[in-house]
Amino acid sequence: MSTYTPEQREYIRLQSRQAKRKKRWHDFLLMVANHSVLIALSAIFILPLFLVLVISVMGHGQAETRSLWPHPFIWHNYVEVFTAVPFLRWTMNSLFVSLMTTIGTVVSSVPPAYVLSRLRWKGRGVTFIIILSTMMLPGQVTMIPVYIIFSKLHWIPSFLPLIVPSFFSSAFSIFLLRQFFVSIPDEISDAARIDGCSEFKLMMRIIVPLAKPAISAIGLFAFLGSWNDFFGPLLYLVENEKLWTLGIGLNAFQGIHHVQKNMMMTASVLFMLPVIIIFFFSQKVFIEGVTLTGVKG
Amino acid sequence: MSIASVMSILPSRKRGKDLVAPPRKKLKTPKIFIFLCLSPWLIGILMFTLYPMVTSFYQSFTKFNLIDAPKWVGLANFHRMFFEDPDFWKALRNTIWISAISIPLRIAFAIFSAWMLTKPKRGKNVYRTIFFLPSMVPAVAATMVFTYIFNPAYGPINRFLEMLGIKEPPFWFLDPKWSKWGLILLGLWGIGDTMIIFLAGLLDVPRTLYEAASLEGASAWQSFRYVTFPMITPVIFFSGVTGVIGSFQYFTEAYVASGQVNDYSHSMYFYATHIYFSAFRAYEMGYASALAWVLLVITLVCTLIILRTQKRWVHYPNGSLFK
Repeated sequence: MSTYTPEQREYIRLQSRQAKRKKRWHDFLLMVANHSVLIALSAIFILPLFLVLVISVMGHGQAETRSLWPHPFIWHNYVEVFTAVPFLRWTMNSLFVSLMTTIGTVVSSVPPAYVLSRLRWKGRGVTFIIILSTMMLPGQVTMIPVYIIFSKLHWIPSFLPLIVPSFFSSAFSIFLLRQFFVSIPDEISDAARIDGCSEFKLMMRIIVPLAKPAISAIGLFAFLGSWNDFFGPLLYLVENEKLWTLGIGLNAFQGIHHVQKNMMMTASVLFMLPVIIIFFFSQKVFIEGVTLTGVKG
Repeated sequence: MSIASVMSILPSRKRGKDLVAPPRKKLKTPKIFIFLCLSPWLIGILMFTLYPMVTSFYQSFTKFNLIDAPKWVGLANFHRMFFEDPDFWKALRNTIWISAISIPLRIAFAIFSAWMLTKPKRGKNVYRTIFFLPSMVPAVAATMVFTYIFNPAYGPINRFLEMLGIKEPPFWFLDPKWSKWGLILLGLWGIGDTMIIFLAGLLDVPRTLYEAASLEGASAWQSFRYVTFPMITPVIFFSGVTGVIGSFQYFTEAYVASGQVNDYSHSMYFYATHIYFSAFRAYEMGYASALAWVLLVITLVCTLIILRTQKRWVHYPNGSLFK
């Protein structure tokens, strides 16, 4: 350092401090810019949800005037929606179908996924490819014959066509579970086998508990898939009003004449509420599930 | 087409890298156990996939109204589709139009939002939750909300647009020229799940590559174009394929929206809608089956085309997928 005079040293110190300050200023600006873009995007994503919440507590007259703020707040809408339409029944129907579908999917997808990932046997690769290709198969191709099967069984209209197929595995769930199962070290299984554990016990007592995150993910996806489903109920439930789920009921809303249009928004809020609550409690499971497979539901 | 190869490009940091585990010494497992475990899937695929596929293939050559037995008509259904059914062409045109616009837009928007999510040091999770939330909303509810808030008479969106100085905002779902844009916006709003896949892809890009780029003096855009973009091409490829498959099955949003606004001009009449109406409104099961098989062929061809081009632009960091 002796090559510099004190003045020079002072100069360098100032320079570097200035550079540091400049860098900090630059970083700060960048952060502000990033956050403004992110906040703007967030606003866009939130806006429709916010608007529907606001409209849902407006009076009928006001909802048709393009006003932006409820005056007065009519919380009673949330009571009225239950009396104006059979909302409770729709909710119970949706809940019943979704819960049964979830049980069916989980129970019937774990064993095939286990066999496909933890055991070696002839034809395993082929089976896996077949499962993947059925995931890509457009539902329209099988839709009509399946409909005919159910109509021959006299299952239309009823919940059975929506629930029963879920008890015969879903390709997507098998795929997701398999992706998780292969990540569990084989040594665990080997140790259990050497100790004389039967294969069934090994699956139920050791692998299933280890795979809880993946199993909750497929349960969650099955529940949401069924809760959000519209096409299935449209095919199989429309004929009997008593069996309507929320999706079908909500879609029929405008046909029900004595119901005010803004009440539709109240009903929509109630329809999406469970899903949003579930999401907040299980975000991690959810996002991991999407990342693991690349597909939702 | 190797579907396994499509799947295996998914971002996988820890698990699922190998589709087939390496061979190891065998410990005996009873065959009966394997068979029992697979049986729900086996019965399911026979009852709900294989048998229906064969039947619907046969039915596509028949006239069938659910009540009388199917009557063989040869290629008549296909002839009718291509030469006598203007609704088929309308549905096909609408579907191709909306796919051509919405698939690239969705991918671009998903990359952009995911990319923004990688930036901040704080608040990442909050933003991610907000971005993801709309994709959770049930399609029926989301469509109802959109047709309502975009309504020119009482929806707030056009009021906002007017406040921003747009004199005559479009009538959105009420205008046949704009209704598809309404659906596209609805799709973009629910981008969350696609975005999460891109986010995982972006987080997989090794930091060292960015450091190297910045040492070479690359600008922000250059480091995106030459580092980030090539690294996420597999994810783009994957969402392209699933996007094409999905867009030919696009139904719920279009059906609900056209019910809400009385879409007389059929501007929201898509391919899947046409199948639904032919099968369950007109009860022409044979014709609808033929439509479904044409749908399958179209999606397969599109997928093959994308697969063919992948060598040119999809970059696999671990070498080729086709090992």
